Amino acid sequence: MAQFNLKVNGKEHQVDVDADTPLLWVLRDNLDLVGTKFGCGIAMCGACTVHVDGNAVRSCSMPISTLGDKSVVTIEGLSADASHPLQNAWREHDVPQCGYCQAGQIMNAAALLTKNASPTDEEIESAMNGNICRCATYNRIKAAIKTASASV
Amino acid sequence: MTLIKTSYNRRSFLKVSAAGSGGLVIGFNWLVSCSPSAETAIKGAPKEWFNVNAYLKIGENGLVTIMSPNPEVGQNIKTSMPMIVAEELDVAWKDVVVEQAPLDTEKFVRQVAGGSQSLRSSWKGLRMAGATARKMLMEAAAKQWQVDASTLTTSEGVIKNAKGETLTYGQIASAAASVTVPEEVELKDPSAFKIIGTDTKNVDIEKIITGKPQYGMDLKKEGMKVAVVLRPPSFGAKLKSFDDSETRKVTGVSDVIQFGNKVAVLGNTTWAAMKGKKALKAEWEEDTPAESTEYHDKQMMALLNTKNGEPRRNDGDVDAAFKTADKVIEKTFEGPFLPHNPMEPMNFYGHVTAAKVDLIGPIQTPERTRRQVAELLGRPETEIFIDMTRMGGGFGRRLYGDFVLEVAEISKLANTPIKLVYTREDDMTAGIYRPASKYKFKAGVKDGKLVAYHLVGTGINGNGWTRENWFPAGSIPNYRVESYGLDSNITTGAWRAPITNFLAYAEQSFIDEVAEEMGVDAVQLRLDLLEKAKSDPVGTVDYEPEKMIGAIKLAAEKANWSATEDGVSKGFSAYYSHNSYVAMVAEVVNKKGQPSTRKVTCAVDCGIVINPIAAKNQIEGGIIDGIGHAMYGDMTFVNGAPQASNFNNYRLIRMGEAPPVIECHFVKNTNDPTGLGEPSLPPAGGALANAMYKATGQRFYKQPFMQQQIKLG
Repeated sequence: MAQFNLKVNGKEHQVDVDADTPLLWVLRDNLDLVGTKFGCGIAMCGACTVHVDGNAVRSCSMPISTLGDKSVVTIEGLSADASHPLQNAWREHDVPQCGYCQAGQIMNAAALLTKNASPTDEEIESAMNGNICRCATYNRIKAAIKTASASV
Repeated sequence: MTLIKTSYNRRSFLKVSAAGSGGLVIGFNWLVSCSPSAETAIKGAPKEWFNVNAYLKIGENGLVTIMSPNPEVGQNIKTSMPMIVAEELDVAWKDVVVEQAPLDTEKFVRQVAGGSQSLRSSWKGLRMAGATARKMLMEAAAKQWQVDASTLTTSEGVIKNAKGETLTYGQIASAAASVTVPEEVELKDPSAFKIIGTDTKNVDIEKIITGKPQYGMDLKKEGMKVAVVLRPPSFGAKLKSFDDSETRKVTGVSDVIQFGNKVAVLGNTTWAAMKGKKALKAEWEEDTPAESTEYHDKQMMALLNTKNGEPRRNDGDVDAAFKTADKVIEKTFEGPFLPHNPMEPMNFYGHVTAAKVDLIGPIQTPERTRRQVAELLGRPETEIFIDMTRMGGGFGRRLYGDFVLEVAEISKLANTPIKLVYTREDDMTAGIYRPASKYKFKAGVKDGKLVAYHLVGTGINGNGWTRENWFPAGSIPNYRVESYGLDSNITTGAWRAPITNFLAYAEQSFIDEVAEEMGVDAVQLRLDLLEKAKSDPVGTVDYEPEKMIGAIKLAAEKANWSATEDGVSKGFSAYYSHNSYVAMVAEVVNKKGQPSTRKVTCAVDCGIVINPIAAKNQIEGGIIDGIGHAMYGDMTFVNGAPQASNFNNYRLIRMGEAPPVIECHFVKNTNDPTGLGEPSLPPAGGALANAMYKATGQRFYKQPFMQQQIKLG
C-alpha cells in the first residue's frame, strides 16, 4: 500500500492503495464515484472512460501510480448542474436503454468535442468506436453528439 | 369507454395511511436514495403521502408516486408501466415520480423481465390501478360536495363538478384513501389517451447522464466484502485442489472460501478480490466428458438426418409431395453458441443472517430466484427479501439466478454481507449461453406453387427448436416439422428472442431463396402464402396472418421495395415475434469495398404504442443487435473450454458498423399492446443475409457471416 494524492472533479483526495490499483477502482471503491463503470477491465469497451488532463482515458487500465499530478474528471464532474451540451443532447434524444455504458459514451464524446467542435459522421464513428453499447443505441448517441456539437 | 371488474384482493389495499410523521409512508431502504426523487419533482416533496393502492400514492400537494413493479433491464418498462397508470388516473406526467417496487407477489403479478411479456401481461392491471384510484378520488369529492360522482369530471389531477368548483387530487387524497374500493371501474377509450402514445423521456435519464448510483454494481453497504469467484475453466471439469497461499498475501484480501466446485476470494475492495483470484492456483480434473464445437457439429448434423422421428406437426404427406415436385430446394443453416454479454457484468448483494436474507441487485426473475434461494438455504420464502436495481442489460442472462445463489451461499459461509462481482472473463466463460443450433429446410415446388415444406431443427440441450405452428404453417398443404435435442454439459439458456433469434434468420433466408428459385418476388411469395393461411388455412396456426400481411405491406411500401436503385441491394424479412409482427427491408451498399447496411426500414404491429420514442429505441437496438450477432457473434469450445473471454477476442458490433439509418413505422390500431424488447431482433439477420446475397451473389448459411469470405459481386 502507498499513499497517492489525486485531484478529481476539482477536489483533492488522498488514498491509501496498492500502486497497481486501476484508477477505475480508486474512483469507485475509495472515492464512491460510481458513475464510471466497470465493463471489461482491459480497455476494450469504453464504459470506464474518464478525462485525465482533458484526454479520454480508460480508467480500468490506468494504474493509480501512473496518474502523477494530472487532474481527473468523471461523469459526476462533467458539469456543475448536468447542463453540458452532451447531457442536454442526451435528454433531447432520449438516448439510453439500460444506461450502463452511457457515462463512458458521454465522457468519450466530450473529449472528442473539445478537440473537434464539429466532427463529421465518420469522425464521430472513428472516435466512438472504442465504446460498446450492448443495447445498440449507437444511432442516438451519434445524433446526440451532432446536436451537442452544434451548441459547443 | 370500457367497464371492467376490479380484481383486487381487498387486503392488499392499504386503506388509510396519512403519514403521522409527515415522512414517506413506504421506505425502500437502499433504493430510496437512488429512486427518482420526490424532492426534485416540480411540485417538491409532499408533507404527507396517501396510499391509494399498491401501485400508487398521492401527496397532499398533488404529487403522485407510481410504482413500477417489473424489473428494468433497459426495455424502459420503468417509464412505460407508470405511464399507463398515470393515464387512467388522469394526472399530468410532470406530477409523477416513479419508484421501482420490490418483489411483492401479494401486490403485483408477474414481476419478470422476459419474453417481451411485461406490458402484455400487465396492461389491464395497470389501467385498473389508475382507474380505481381515480374513481375513489371522485367518490371522495362527490361526498364532500354532496353530489353524485357521475356528475364530476377529471383532468390532469383536478376534479371538477357541475358548478365549476374544483378539488385537486392532493386535496382529496386523504378522504379518498378511506373510500370503499369500487367493484367496477371505467377505462378510457384509447382515443382519449393523453399520455399513452406521447413521447415520454426515460424516468432515470438524469441519473444516467450524471452517473448516480443505481446499478447492482454500484451498491455499497456497511461492513460489506467484495467476492470474486474462481470457477472451473472448462465444462466438465471439477475442482481437485487449490493453493491460496499467494492469494492470502494480497493486500486487502480478507478470506478465501471454497464452496462446491468454486473458490470465492473475499476482499475489502473489488481490486483486492480480483487480484486475489488471479493469484489462486487450482488443479482441475475431469468430472464429465469435455466437449468441443467439432463434436457438437457432427452430432447435430447426424440429428438433422434422423429417420422416422416423431414430427411436431405433420400436414398432408411431404414425402409423396417431394417425389412429384418439379423442383426441390434443400438448405442447412448453422448457428453458434453466444454469450449474452450485458455491459454490466453479473453481480449481486447478499446478506444472510439468522433473522432474514437480504438480496439486492439486477435480476430479471426475482420471484423464481427467491424460491431457489429458499430451497438452497432451507428457509421459508417469507424470510427472503429481494430488491431490484436497474440492470445494465440482461438479454436473457439475468433470467437465471445462479449468481444470486452464489452470493447467498458465500454470505452464509462467510457470515458477512457480500457483493459478488463477476469479471468480464467470468461473465463470458461461466456459461448459460444461447445454445448452438442447426436447421435443415426442404421445399418442394410444383406447377409454380410451394406444395411441400419440411423443417428439421436441432440444438444443444432441450427439444423445442422449432415454431411449427407459426408461418409458414397453414399456407402449405404438405408440411412437416421435427425437432431433436443434443444433451451437453455446457450450460445454455434463453438469449434475447430465444430460438427465433436464429430460426427466424434461417427461415427468412430460406424463403428468399425459395422465392428466387420459383421466380417470384420475395414479398409477393410471403403475401401469397399468408393469403392462403388467412382464407383457407391448412390445420390451425398460432399467428394472425392478417396482422403479418399488414406489417409486410407497410414495410414494403415505406421502403419502396419494388423500386430499384443503382448500387443498392435490398433484402426482405418478416417474423411473428413475441406476439408482435415485424417486417423489414435492409439496404446494403458498397462502403470502401465492403458491403455495408446503410438503412433498415421496419414496420411493426405491436398494438397500441405506449411510448413511441422508447418503442423506436427498442426496435433500433434490436435490429442492430440482430445484425451485429449475425455478422460477428461466435462462441466455440475446445475440450469444454470457451474460446472467447473478453472483448479483445469476442466481437460485438460497434458504432461504425451499425446501419446509420433505421426507420420505424407502426401499424396503427387500438389492440392491446404487445412487447418490444425482443421482436425486432429475429428478422434482422434474415433481412441482412438477403440484402448481402443481392450485393455479393453469396448466400449466407452459417453465422457469423464474417467467417465467410465476403466479396461484392
